[in-house]
Amino acid sequence: MNPSLRAALVIARRDYVASVWSRAFVLFLIGPLIPIIFGLTFGSVGAKMQKVEPPVIAIIAPPAEGRALVEARLRVTRALGDVIPEFELIAPTADVRRQSAELLAKGGATAVLSGLPDAPVLSGSRQALWAHGSEVEWIAGEAWRHAALARAGLDRPAARVKQVPIAEATRLGTTDRAALARGSQLVLLFLTMILAGLLLSNLLEEKSNKVIEVLAAAVPVDAIFIGKLIAMLGMSLTGIAIWSAAGIAAIAAFAPGFAVNLAEPAVGWPVFVLLGVAYFIASYLLIGALFLGIGGQAGTVREVQTLSMPLTFGQLVVFGFASVTVDQPNGLPSILASIFPWSSPYAMIARGALRPELWPHLVAIGWHLVAVTAIIRISARMFRRSVLKSGGGKGFWRRLSRRSSRPA
Amino acid sequence: MTQEFAIEARGLIKDFDGVRAVDGVDLAVPVGAIYGVLGPNGAGKTTTLRMLLGIIDPDGGERRLLGHPAPLKMANKVGYLPEERGLYPAMPAREAIAFLGALRGLGLAEGRKRADRLLEEHGLGDVARRPIRTLSKGMAQTVQILGTIVHGPRLIVLDEPFSGLDALNQGRLEALIRAQVAAGATVLFSTHVIAHAERLCERIAIIVGGRVRFEGSVDDARGRMRPVVTLVTRRDEGGWRDALPASARRDGRSWSFELPAPGIEPLLARLIEGEAGIEALSIERPGLHEAFVDIVGTTVANEMDLPEAER
Repeated sequence: MNPSLRAALVIARRDYVASVWSRAFVLFLIGPLIPIIFGLTFGSVGAKMQKVEPPVIAIIAPPAEGRALVEARLRVTRALGDVIPEFELIAPTADVRRQSAELLAKGGATAVLSGLPDAPVLSGSRQALWAHGSEVEWIAGEAWRHAALARAGLDRPAARVKQVPIAEATRLGTTDRAALARGSQLVLLFLTMILAGLLLSNLLEEKSNKVIEVLAAAVPVDAIFIGKLIAMLGMSLTGIAIWSAAGIAAIAAFAPGFAVNLAEPAVGWPVFVLLGVAYFIASYLLIGALFLGIGGQAGTVREVQTLSMPLTFGQLVVFGFASVTVDQPNGLPSILASIFPWSSPYAMIARGALRPELWPHLVAIGWHLVAVTAIIRISARMFRRSVLKSGGGKGFWRRLSRRSSRPA
Repeated sequence: MTQEFAIEARGLIKDFDGVRAVDGVDLAVPVGAIYGVLGPNGAGKTTTLRMLLGIIDPDGGERRLLGHPAPLKMANKVGYLPEERGLYPAMPAREAIAFLGALRGLGLAEGRKRADRLLEEHGLGDVARRPIRTLSKGMAQTVQILGTIVHGPRLIVLDEPFSGLDALNQGRLEALIRAQVAAGATVLFSTHVIAHAERLCERIAIIVGGRVRFEGSVDDARGRMRPVVTLVTRRDEGGWRDALPASARRDGRSWSFELPAPGIEPLLARLIEGEAGIEALSIERPGLHEAFVDIVGTTVANEMDLPEAER
């Protein structure tokens, strides 16, 4: 093995072990699960508190009239989905008005329809009448028209529509795919944001305990950077693996239908998941290498803290730039977002959701590799120039802060 | 082809923020030597070592480490103890040694095995599994020194290795350096304590203000000066006094002067003849300290002799 790569792995191993075999790592793992656990706990409490019975409309009518209405409702729901409350048929007693009042008082129905077929009456609370009045009116009309056509011996005219599937049709299901594209971009942004930030302060440890001198004497600075990136990537992937397992378990337990509701990405699920992993790694390394380089110039924790806010906003701007991909995957802004290294993984994962071609992904991943290498090279050179030359303390940020703290 | 020099440097120059820290340093460290770089703090010793090791690049001049112009390419054959010691505080001692070895190409398992043996040999066997942060400063420094040699380097570079060690550990370190050289390694170390260089080194370079003021063997340095004669006589006056060199300094009944070119015998004959009453007569070769004073001047030499706390 190349000695530099070997040394990079030695550094990566040390950093990974030091990060993962610590009590702090347990908190690190629990961190992102806290909002989920919080949400689930309070969500279920809230659901119990606000449990509302689905609306039911009682129909007090002789069986024939009643059935005509139920069938009319079925015709509508078959075409449009469950948009109208359930109908419940009830045989009329002698005093229909009293029967209605009792049903409503006992909570047996949201509203009661009676007086069919000639003088229909809908009774219920003002709220129920406002919510369901026009629905019931429409269904009653539909039942009446159906009966009238039957009486006249006419069939209901059925419009036949021939269905022709076209594979390349882009607007077909794009709303769902656009949602998937945006969702995957957000997940990528969230993970990169919470995990790559760790690299900003990563070199402070070696600088404060002077190990950097030992490392720099044994290994090229590029290899130190690569080792640190590999370690932090490994730690992040460990975290993501554990969070994903927890997430899948939670979905299986609480929302088994979740996956069915997701749109199929254009490249298919297996490839999309692989691309997701690849683009997370790319995004992490691209931003991580930059953070490592910038953080390496900082001499104190205070400087790192000051830097982290503008860098977070920078990430958001880049993300905003990449989100144009969703609207026009082949537009110029989208192509630019795919080329600019830091927005490229976001743009490309969205493309994976929207477009079926695979070759742009191969090109993009190759480009990410080149960009990461270049960023590491430049960061390492900056580090050698401004940090190592003086044994620490004459970096860009240090010079800047010294200048700004100088009395006027 | 056998290599003659472990380190060669010609005209090394380094500027920091427009100030020249190292100004044309030439060095040649023969293979198998113990070589000392002497100089007061701020003389440019550390910067020179860092350039030789490839931690920083010189602004001018050339360097070859174990025959290679890119020093980091030879990193696996080099051991380096920086002036500012640094270990990961949470790492156990044996892991720290194995880690330092692994950075320079030694397998981790082999590194741990050697670490256990080295720690045992240096009386630290019982702290092998304790984290560095729980060790005393001297112990931690010994651990780092062991980490510097664990991979069996051909060249060992030590920056101020004796500072921070008590006399006992300084003696142990001297023994370790001698043992490494006996096993075939070359050792280059920097120090501001002349006595260490005098005891250990065959060759030295004296650096002051970023320039090499002397480069050669310790004997050469001492040989630059004539031996010093110290004479104590019972009688103060007499014709024998004409035989003393004009530069002789008097302190009570004691005289001291450089050994005259013809030797001591003519003077001795005059002293006996003149019945000076010789109570004591010694001829001493000057030490490295005297040579150092001669080379760099009293001001710099006095600075070197200050205890660390007063610097």
